Amino acid sequence: MTNMTDLKTPCSPTWCPGCGNLNIWGAFKQAAVKEGWDNTNTALVAGIGCHGHILNFVKITSFEGLHGRALPVATGIKHANERLNVFVFTGDGDCFGEGGNHFIHACRRDHDLTVLLHDNSLYALTTGQTSPLSPKGLKTKSSPQGNSDQPFNPLTLAIISGATFVARAYAGDMPKLTEMIIEANKHKGLSVVDILQPCVTFNKVLTHDFYRANSYYLGDDYDPTNKSAALEKALEFGEKSVPLGIFYKSGGEREDKEQTALVDKPALKYDLSDLFKKFT
Amino acid sequence: MKKEKPTTITSVKIGGQAGQGIKSMGLMLAKHAVRSGYCIYDQIEYPSLIRGGHNVMQVSFSSEEVLAPQKLTDLLIALNQETIDLHGSTLKKTGAIIFNSDNTADTSKVDKNILLCGIPLSSIAKEAGGDELFINIGAVGAAIALLGGNLATLQELIKEEFKDKTEEIIASNLHAAENGYEHITKSYKNAVNNLLKPIETVNSFIPRMVISGNEAVALGAISAGMQFASIYPMSPVSNIMHVLAANQDKYSYVFKQAEDELSAINMAIGASFAGARSLTSTSGGGFCLMTEGYGLAGITETPVVVIEGMRGGPATGLPTWSEQGDLQFVLHAHQGDFPRIVLAAGDAKEAFELTMEAFNLADKYQTPIVLLIDKNICENDQSYQMFEVVTYKVDRGKFIDEPSEDYKRYKFEKDGISLRSVPGAGNFFLANSDEHDEYGYSTEEIEMRNKMHEKRMQKLVTCEKEDMAEPEIFGPEEADITIVSWGSNKGSILQAIKNYKNVNYLHVTWMNPFPTEAVKKVLSSAKHVIDVECNYTAQFANLIREKTGIEITDKLLKYDGRQIFPEEVEEKIKKALKGDK
Repeated sequence: MTNMTDLKTPCSPTWCPGCGNLNIWGAFKQAAVKEGWDNTNTALVAGIGCHGHILNFVKITSFEGLHGRALPVATGIKHANERLNVFVFTGDGDCFGEGGNHFIHACRRDHDLTVLLHDNSLYALTTGQTSPLSPKGLKTKSSPQGNSDQPFNPLTLAIISGATFVARAYAGDMPKLTEMIIEANKHKGLSVVDILQPCVTFNKVLTHDFYRANSYYLGDDYDPTNKSAALEKALEFGEKSVPLGIFYKSGGEREDKEQTALVDKPALKYDLSDLFKKFT
Repeated sequence: MKKEKPTTITSVKIGGQAGQGIKSMGLMLAKHAVRSGYCIYDQIEYPSLIRGGHNVMQVSFSSEEVLAPQKLTDLLIALNQETIDLHGSTLKKTGAIIFNSDNTADTSKVDKNILLCGIPLSSIAKEAGGDELFINIGAVGAAIALLGGNLATLQELIKEEFKDKTEEIIASNLHAAENGYEHITKSYKNAVNNLLKPIETVNSFIPRMVISGNEAVALGAISAGMQFASIYPMSPVSNIMHVLAANQDKYSYVFKQAEDELSAINMAIGASFAGARSLTSTSGGGFCLMTEGYGLAGITETPVVVIEGMRGGPATGLPTWSEQGDLQFVLHAHQGDFPRIVLAAGDAKEAFELTMEAFNLADKYQTPIVLLIDKNICENDQSYQMFEVVTYKVDRGKFIDEPSEDYKRYKFEKDGISLRSVPGAGNFFLANSDEHDEYGYSTEEIEMRNKMHEKRMQKLVTCEKEDMAEPEIFGPEEADITIVSWGSNKGSILQAIKNYKNVNYLHVTWMNPFPTEAVKKVLSSAKHVIDVECNYTAQFANLIREKTGIEITDKLLKYDGRQIFPEEVEEKIKKALKGDK
């Protein structure tokens, strides 16, 4: 059992008041308490950006990697010990700029990792530049004339690339976000949760107000197992049309796979005499 | 061809188009020699192509150890005209050529003393029921016959080589080989020599292994209990990956092909963080990408073994040729300071042993270990007595996988090494790429930064004291000339100094930490020092100067992608003995 106090570290959050990261942090801890994630069964990995600070505020064994490289580290951890719940915290700059290649390959491999994408649609820690998820036309310090490039759509990219659980959540709705994190972790395969996380300091377009006014939850009539329909739904984004929920979910081949740990067996010296003979 | 003295090295060169099976022919010849009781060294040269380019493999054998390729050839097996044109001039006056007499061959430029053995290889191949590809096996049969080798050994090797093929294919190959063999014993009876005649004691010993550095690294890693490897393909180290991929089920480790070298090293770091002995391998270009993860492993104190097989640079450079141009790069790669432990092997056996040691060093010092090899080591084969692992012990260092009271992952210790734990063990810690405190929490506080930085760097001091190996001196203690070098030059230098009683060789395998005192002692008392290395800027001599203050002015530098031949070392020795540089 995990209590809220078990997760407390001596560090206090350094995010701006109102930052969506605070909600993601809260939701994750609530999910951890509900599900009993702790230092015996869970590992966290983060990249670099505002999101990455979260590792200092949750007392679960973790690895803060390099900018863009959280996914390969997480893949290595999962290979070594499949029994661990492995969460990857990443930002939109981290995951789709430096880490773009790793993202599509992680999707294609469909390992059992839970990717929590802190999506504020710009670079915040470096004080506000466009990210690969910034909308076209967005004015930032690096695009004072307006962003000239198209953004990636993280949901369609994930679905197309082979991820088997693709969802979107809004950081402002903590109870729903908590549920979503739990759902994503239960899925055996790569889960991507695009968490809309307004940057209150630098992003004046995709704000809490915008998301509150324009988002809605996918209803019971929505079928997340239909891939083409999921792609179509994932393309929807705009006024009164920011869908939240599970867009796509499919039972992967990892569903029934036994979870083992390579590291259960100690590293042993091998006498390779038999193999050596092949070289004579 | 004749044996001048029992220890004479015989050199056979096999040339043809890429795709004609040059490598497998050469390997068959090499294995034939070891099974007949000889030692071998073979060298393959090929362009970065799959088909169509010129491939050549040289197999040298002798009753004593052969340590390097030879400049001159005793027997040239020419599967095409190009081989005669390119390599005919390397033949000794006593040499011979085996060529396909079914094609018109121009041997007008070949020295008139050279024995021309035209064999109807295409007809032999056809008669054996095979296509033109079978000409290589007929040629091997002819070569073995000419060298006085044992046909039964060749038949045995063919059966092994094609054991997964149909009976028909095996029979055709045997037939072609036998026909090639017979053709020599009938038509060139008087030319047959005894260079490959099985040595008398052949039945009483186990044949030597014929092994390349790549294979040695892979076998070393498996022997050392490696649990995870993530690699992106790159010449000249791809064969490490092939051997690891093929054996993973049997030896319970996981091999994963990564999407790029950034991912390869980060996956290895992730697996190691979770407790698995991990390895990645690449060449210089791939290490450029790994540079980022190199320092990440340094600051997070995550053990990882990185094999760096050097080839000609920069950029794509000379993909299938050798160079030793990455030494200073690897010694300084990544921003800032962290304990970089860098080793360099001089041959396949050293590569095997240092790979195993690298895993223990990585675990003990909780830092990345780079093992440098070069293309010549990676891909050339040498024969060795069966490798031994008896004395090796897996040492995971300070490691705990059960809960520990008030656990501090980066606890300050005198030797710089803290108790390592893994996720899932119940011990909280944060492996942090930011500077951090003893638990791993990010900090920018002055005193903590200094203490943590000093703790990490202290590991080099400990390593120098407890593990760093002294360089080895080959040859006489007192000498007129002392050669100092590293990497694959070792073989050519040792081969060359066999002929000199007044020349010795200082072979260095630890690049960082560096055996400063030992090197200083040898070089400062040497009468004349020659630095030998394969790069333009004398990177190793620069390292020696940096560490010892000794400047070496006489150097043999080569950067054309080709191996340094023993003859070139000898030439340098002769010049130095005469007093010119």
